[in-house]
Amino acid sequence: METEPKTVELNLCGLALGDYKGNPSTLCPGCGHNAISAQVQNAVWELGLPPERFVKISVIGCSSKSPNYFLNRSFGFNGLHGRMPTLATGACFADSSIHILGLSGDGDTASIGMGHFKHVIRRNVPMTYIIENNGCYALTKGQFSATSDQGLVLKHQGVNMLPPLDLCMEALISGATFVARAYSGDAKQLKELIKAAISQHGIAVIDVISPCVTFNNKDDALQSYTWGRDNEAPLHDFKYFSRKEDIDLADFEPGTYREIRIQDGSYIVLHKIGKDYDPTDRSAALDLLTESYKNKYFATGLIYFSEATATIQELYDLPEEPLNRISSDRLRPTEAMLAEINRSLY
Amino acid sequence: MIEASKITYEGDGPIVNEFCITICTVNGSGSATANNILYRTLFHLGIPTSGKNVFPSNIKGLPTWFVIRASEKGHTGRQLHDDIVVAMNQVTFEKDMQYLAKGGVVFYANNLSLPETPRDDLIYYPMPIKNLIKGTDVPRKLQAFMENMLFVGIVGQVLGIPLEALYSTIYSHFSSKPTVAESNFSMVKTGFDYAAEHLEKKDRFFVKKLPPLTDYILTDGNNAGGLGSLFGGVEFCSWYPITPATSLVEAMIDQVDQLRLDPVTSKKTCVILQVEDELAAMGAAIGAGWGGLRSMTATSGPGISLMTENLGLAYFTETPVVVWDVQRVGPSTGLPTRTAQGDLSMLYYLGHGDTSHIILIPGTPTECFEFGWRSLDLAERFQTPIFVLTDLDLGMNQWVTKKFVYPNKPIDRGRIIWEKELDQFKDWGRYKDIEGDGIPYRTVMGNQNPKAAYFTRGTGHDEYGGYSEDPENWSRMLMRIEKKLNSAVPLLPDPIFRRSKSEDVEIGIIGMGSTDDALRETQDKLAEMGIAVDYMRVRALPTNPAVREFIASHTRNYVLELNRDGQLCEILSLEISEYSQKLISISDIGGMPMTAEWAVESIINQERKEGKRGN
Repeated sequence: METEPKTVELNLCGLALGDYKGNPSTLCPGCGHNAISAQVQNAVWELGLPPERFVKISVIGCSSKSPNYFLNRSFGFNGLHGRMPTLATGACFADSSIHILGLSGDGDTASIGMGHFKHVIRRNVPMTYIIENNGCYALTKGQFSATSDQGLVLKHQGVNMLPPLDLCMEALISGATFVARAYSGDAKQLKELIKAAISQHGIAVIDVISPCVTFNNKDDALQSYTWGRDNEAPLHDFKYFSRKEDIDLADFEPGTYREIRIQDGSYIVLHKIGKDYDPTDRSAALDLLTESYKNKYFATGLIYFSEATATIQELYDLPEEPLNRISSDRLRPTEAMLAEINRSLY
Repeated sequence: MIEASKITYEGDGPIVNEFCITICTVNGSGSATANNILYRTLFHLGIPTSGKNVFPSNIKGLPTWFVIRASEKGHTGRQLHDDIVVAMNQVTFEKDMQYLAKGGVVFYANNLSLPETPRDDLIYYPMPIKNLIKGTDVPRKLQAFMENMLFVGIVGQVLGIPLEALYSTIYSHFSSKPTVAESNFSMVKTGFDYAAEHLEKKDRFFVKKLPPLTDYILTDGNNAGGLGSLFGGVEFCSWYPITPATSLVEAMIDQVDQLRLDPVTSKKTCVILQVEDELAAMGAAIGAGWGGLRSMTATSGPGISLMTENLGLAYFTETPVVVWDVQRVGPSTGLPTRTAQGDLSMLYYLGHGDTSHIILIPGTPTECFEFGWRSLDLAERFQTPIFVLTDLDLGMNQWVTKKFVYPNKPIDRGRIIWEKELDQFKDWGRYKDIEGDGIPYRTVMGNQNPKAAYFTRGTGHDEYGGYSEDPENWSRMLMRIEKKLNSAVPLLPDPIFRRSKSEDVEIGIIGMGSTDDALRETQDKLAEMGIAVDYMRVRALPTNPAVREFIASHTRNYVLELNRDGQLCEILSLEISEYSQKLISISDIGGMPMTAEWAVESIINQERKEGKRGN
């Protein structure tokens, strides 16, 4: 018996969402990270870019497992705890047309890899740096991380005595040109932020508060679902458009929205919710983050955006074609050059 | 140990082209140029010459020594005693003279005060440096630097170095700055003329011009290693500063723009990037190697310690990368400006769990150049970290060495496959042993074939890169990696043999790396004493069958090295265990290059213990 073939929606490059899938997740059911995996997959598919144009770099921890669960057709690398930015730094020179998705956790980025985090921003390695921030070490079964809230109580740990680090603040003062905070329970905003981050020229950092259902999901914990649901305060209604002509402003009243052009020609449209917030004002961004911590105010959205600066690749005068495809004969200096060196050393 | 003042020179005639000069100065005083002019001139006169800088971990103000060994016989390793001392530093003056043999020579700045009872078996030449400089038009602030050129002229005159030879070295050294050349030469000439007029030749040392060393160059191992890497097509080098490896990368920085412009686009084909620490240096080098770039880093022992976890990752994920370890003295910060061979065991088994690595051990700058390009080929061919092990002596000191030889084969990228090649495989897997030699085919990022991607992981994985905790799978993967590395052995540099002219030689001496000069001299000295020895220099680990044969064919093999524990001897004893009773370790560590005097004495003492020689 013949059945009607199901119509599968295809994106700009002719691929179905299924072509962007990964392996089934082995994270805990309900883990916030699974929502992030889903939104990365959706964002890349909606951008219409082939999965072969991405690599996924991650290291150790629950967050670092997540690249297994999306984009199976992209190369992945699971390296050493905290060292994801270093792998990305080397890999970015291999083929500058490939976009790097760096997946990290709060243990990874805020503790063992904090130095690399700040230096990869300083170098402006072109990549999307996503932190799946659950405020604890989960794969080692529930220890405090450097983003755990002061006073947090964990089963085998007692009370956390130390204040948390704010990774958006760290990114901002290290010179990132795209800094966002998201909540894995707010899928729509997260997906739009990921799309914009991928479009940004240079490094884009998204700190995604992503609840750990097993070790850190008590109602009053800053990284819990309940806290997120009850307290998330988007800075604006965030929308991403890959082309200007797609922007539909019909719903917006004049004076309530703002367009930001990204260097690749795509656009961010921010629609005001309540207070005015200007994400292109660095001091305002720092104030916001200071305020958020003090008042336990869970602001999400685009915290800071500025025009792109030169990436580390651009600081080297490299050929346009991928360096890893340059034929070997172009990599070896000539025999005459060696003769000249020998002459100069006599 | 040998007391220098008990050493006497044979006969009473002139000693031509065989001497060691130690120049004793204060670091930061600008003596490097003067030293350079002196040893380079000797080299230009056809005399094999080495220049070793013995320096403190300091920028300005502490004692520093520069040792020039000139030897027509080609014995340019360090020697224990001095023949000539140029004393410019009051602080070390008295001690510096203790190293002179009977009949040795002291050139000393005459503002230095001589000890109350100076040795009466030495020949003294006072140098009125301060007076001479006052008589010139050198600006006051430059005088301290220029003083050193005066001793070049004085020493040159007394030893019989032709003024033209000094002239041409100075003008080639300052080829782009003729006025600087002129002022330096005028200083040299002032000293030269002063000595002619006021100093009477009383010592026995002479320089005599020989046919030019046209097949040779004068350079250091770090410059050679950096150049070799650039000629090897290195595309990425991430690094973090550390003595004594820094100058290897700086040599690359210095020359990359001239050497590595793509002939097609005139763009650069090599990225050199200083990063935040050695963890990042290794991580980035692995990221680049994984991405399909020819990748390297250079460091020293403490840096290797930081890179260790990453190197285990590279080993297990089978990521090609080259790591230069320019050794200094450890453990800990140790003696950061002194030389050693103490990292061998660490590198060989570096990493937790079951690891072992390929190590290349060059013994001359010419070999540093060669192993520079070869190591990149080997890394990609065998998809594994390749270590190149040198040391401060080889890396930072000046060596007369054979000209660099252009690579005799094209760059080898190993088994990288792109889109079309991948389609020819029915069942490709990143870690699948398709050819039966343990070496898989690899794809790299950017490959647009939908089947090309795989997940690289430091955790247990199967032939397709999939996560696996299966015991049988784990063991199979690790055994394949071992098989892969074993298949590399025939392609590693062979040992170098220097056989005795005698037959049925009972004694072998074995060394590695920078001790080559000292060990060749050791072999010659022993021969002069009637003791025939064969010499083998190991140039790679794991060892190949020729090393085994050498050990088997000698009754006693002395393994001489610069570390406390005799690491090479230990490794050879393990790898060639059936002959381990034929191996005798002679090792010592103090931070200085090996001397033939020490080696000869140690071997003879050991021979006595073995009951082979009387007193």
